[in-house]
Amino acid sequence: MSGGAPIRTQGPVASTGTIADHSSSGRRASAFAPLDVPEVTVPESHRRTRAPGLPRVAEIDIVRHYTMLSQQNYGVDTGPYPLGSCTMKYNPKVAETVAAFPGFQRTHPLQPDATVQGTLEMLWRLEEALCEITAMARATLQPPAGACGEMTGLLIMRAFHADHGGPRTKVLIPDAAHGTNPASVRLAGFEAVNVPSDERGLVDVEALRGLVDDEVAGLMLTNPNTLGLFEERIEEITAVLHSAGALVYYDGANLNAIMGKARPGDMGFDIVHINTHKTFATPHGGGGPGAGPVGVAAHLVDYLPAPIVARDPDGSFRWDRDRPRSIGRLHGFNGNIGVLVRAYAYVFGHGGDGLTEVSELAALNANYLAGRLADAFPLAYPEAPPMHEFVSTAEPLKKETGIRAMDVAKRLIDLGYHPPTVYFPLVVDEAMMVEPTETESKQTLDAMADAFLQAAEEAHTDPGLLHEAPVSTPVRRLDEARAARHLRLRWGLEEEPDRRP
Amino acid sequence: MRFSPHTDDEIREMLSAVGRSSIDDLFQQIPPSVRLDRALALPDGVSEMELVADLRSLASRNRSADDLVCFAGGGAYDHYVPAVVWALAGRSEFYTSYTPYQPELSQGVLQVLFEYQSMICELTGLEVSNASLYDGATALVEAVHMSTGRGRNRVLVSAGVDTRAVEALRTAGRGAGYEPEMFDGEPSVADDVAAVVVQHPNAFGVLEPARERFAAAHAGGATAIQIFDPLSLGVLASPGELGADIAVGEGQVLGNHLNYGGPYLGIIAGRLADVRKLPGRIVGETVDVEGRRGYVLTLQAREQHIRRDKANSNICTNQTLMALAAAVYLAWLGPEGLAEVGRRCLSKTAYAADALTALPDVTPAFPGAPFFKEFAVRLPRPARAVIDAMVERGFLAGVAMPHAGEDVLVVAVTERRSRDEIDAYVLAMGEVLAA
Repeated sequence: MSGGAPIRTQGPVASTGTIADHSSSGRRASAFAPLDVPEVTVPESHRRTRAPGLPRVAEIDIVRHYTMLSQQNYGVDTGPYPLGSCTMKYNPKVAETVAAFPGFQRTHPLQPDATVQGTLEMLWRLEEALCEITAMARATLQPPAGACGEMTGLLIMRAFHADHGGPRTKVLIPDAAHGTNPASVRLAGFEAVNVPSDERGLVDVEALRGLVDDEVAGLMLTNPNTLGLFEERIEEITAVLHSAGALVYYDGANLNAIMGKARPGDMGFDIVHINTHKTFATPHGGGGPGAGPVGVAAHLVDYLPAPIVARDPDGSFRWDRDRPRSIGRLHGFNGNIGVLVRAYAYVFGHGGDGLTEVSELAALNANYLAGRLADAFPLAYPEAPPMHEFVSTAEPLKKETGIRAMDVAKRLIDLGYHPPTVYFPLVVDEAMMVEPTETESKQTLDAMADAFLQAAEEAHTDPGLLHEAPVSTPVRRLDEARAARHLRLRWGLEEEPDRRP
Repeated sequence: MRFSPHTDDEIREMLSAVGRSSIDDLFQQIPPSVRLDRALALPDGVSEMELVADLRSLASRNRSADDLVCFAGGGAYDHYVPAVVWALAGRSEFYTSYTPYQPELSQGVLQVLFEYQSMICELTGLEVSNASLYDGATALVEAVHMSTGRGRNRVLVSAGVDTRAVEALRTAGRGAGYEPEMFDGEPSVADDVAAVVVQHPNAFGVLEPARERFAAAHAGGATAIQIFDPLSLGVLASPGELGADIAVGEGQVLGNHLNYGGPYLGIIAGRLADVRKLPGRIVGETVDVEGRRGYVLTLQAREQHIRRDKANSNICTNQTLMALAAAVYLAWLGPEGLAEVGRRCLSKTAYAADALTALPDVTPAFPGAPFFKEFAVRLPRPARAVIDAMVERGFLAGVAMPHAGEDVLVVAVTERRSRDEIDAYVLAMGEVLAA
């Protein structure tokens, strides 16, 4: 086994100082052409009186510092990243190449439509493809992330009900849902109501029936659900909602499982958001950017955020801003276009056949890895087979050894791997949510499984290894309680007065 | 394109290991009635070289700012992006990672975000920032949501605020239960007013009397929110100095490309006392078990994954990569560079405004008002028609502001524009307007 996750832990400048610690009076990196017009100054009442404390550094200082920091970071390019629910698959390099074409990267959001016909056609084709994949009528590409897509969908629900019998107050959410769902529901002006899961980890349809009334605006659901299980009674579920005049929202967090196999619109969903950074491999960027396009069924098209791309009879494209029933705008411009170029590259590079194979191999990898881990880390809900990801539990291991999911996660770091998501979903004790994705090979999965099993074995034979882990990283376990108690959220003059710029 | 490494033999071996005879077996739990019984109606996949040709062909049908000299602004600006920014932000250890849930493997991103937060505080003169929001408009929405509650639910928005930001606020307000109210001049701040929003410099480039507006907000017990331009803060007084409680801005100008509107960077900064209302990820410094300095996501109890329906914001995925670029760019600028960019914008904009308003029938829309890197003029013809005609002469002439009048054009001049380009632009405008 390797000697820890493949990130930098030592070296000539692997100190932990900030860029400000490299600051020297009189040093700088930037330079500008001489001012070629008469100099003008700000009226005194508007003038800044004290220069901001930015670092004074040379370009080499910047390059060494941030290169060193990049080497203390683990990405998909560094190694496997089975972070459940985040779909950390390989991000094709060609997507970076095409997104950097000046025709995409150097266009201004307010330039005339006639000068961005290529981008508008790209967006049009992407929208059509997303609608085919999800069985929706039209889509907005404006939301910059999944959570904003949720808000978009919920405001569409709100507007729909306002036009059809008046406002409703509640939105149903399964108890295993991602936290953004209930947060979005409240911000959209609804009350979030939990739907319990049954003993198999699926929506308790009988309980759902009891919750649905004419105050319910809709239900938000992933399918496969947060446990990686397909909601087999999905048609019944959507019918229950529809019969009460409510809408059903598909949270696309787990779309990677079903491309070319089943489509949310065919299951009865009315609104779908898609996380391009998950399913369509746009890089996660250390936390973002993503993009959260939202598709809707035909009866909701009028409510989509404005503008949307329109094609005129002469084949030219334009932004259609004249949409009186639109819920309005959710982004300053038209969304994360640079991310959507990458999503386009992924969708059309793979094609329909390739996307279908993506979902097939995502499911194969998850089932294979789940099987390899089952003895030590059994599935939390073993009755239904998982799809693209699975939730195992370290509860038996904890009972036997006292070792927790977090300890296993930290030991995996020392064994060379990014850990899975732990302690989510909240409905599973000692949850380990594993999403290997389709871009890992059998060899990688075998080696990763060996590491999980080694950690489980060590929990019995040498638990100190797990309690102490990680020991191979630039820092070891960090004191999160202290971070929250003694807030230090920026560099400050008080702590290092002589090193500040 | 295919990025799965599986061979046919491996697929068979793996299926056999999980006790399945075929791939289709893995999807058996999908009821037949909802199973897609046909192939997706999409083109077949293509090779990388075919894909590049397709996208090159699409991109070639766009006119970029390399080709049209850019005087367009309105929230997105053609500032210079030094090579070092994306050479570093483009390192894949950063951009192929995700939210730093495992801090021991994520010290790189965490520390850059800590540095970014620090630099934003230095710029704004405020005490706390976060790890980014989507863009300037959504940052405004989040700032307003920090201010509402406790019987205060009205939001007063200065007439100089960007219309798209107001639209985003109006959309969010439909869910959150407020309707932005526009004011011109002095706001009337009653005890039910949550926030007073001022953009300074405003959407027409004009410097607003922000200090007075914020004093009025405070006199009425409301939160003072400033929309700021980060690149103005080498020359203009900071939001903190002006009395803003919360400052939000569009961070595209800090090393991020135009990207036809996104991905951009939502900046927010505020006071330490309000940190528990601040949305999104926040990085804090701490120590590890051996006492070494390290960084973690902190105050997570504010966030959606803990507080769920009690959370103040639903943001999860953010714009970290853009914040990273901003940190590198600000380190490249340094305090002198920031001031130099500001002086260049100011001086070139003044030069362009003088030359443009010397043309017949072109008049300043706000005569005598001081401005920073944008100015508004009234033209003798509709602005949109002038913009279209200027494209044919190789210029993005500016941004139309129909809500202020069909004849209003807002012109942005960044440090990139040379005197020659400005002179050629004014000459072309003269021709277009005379035609």
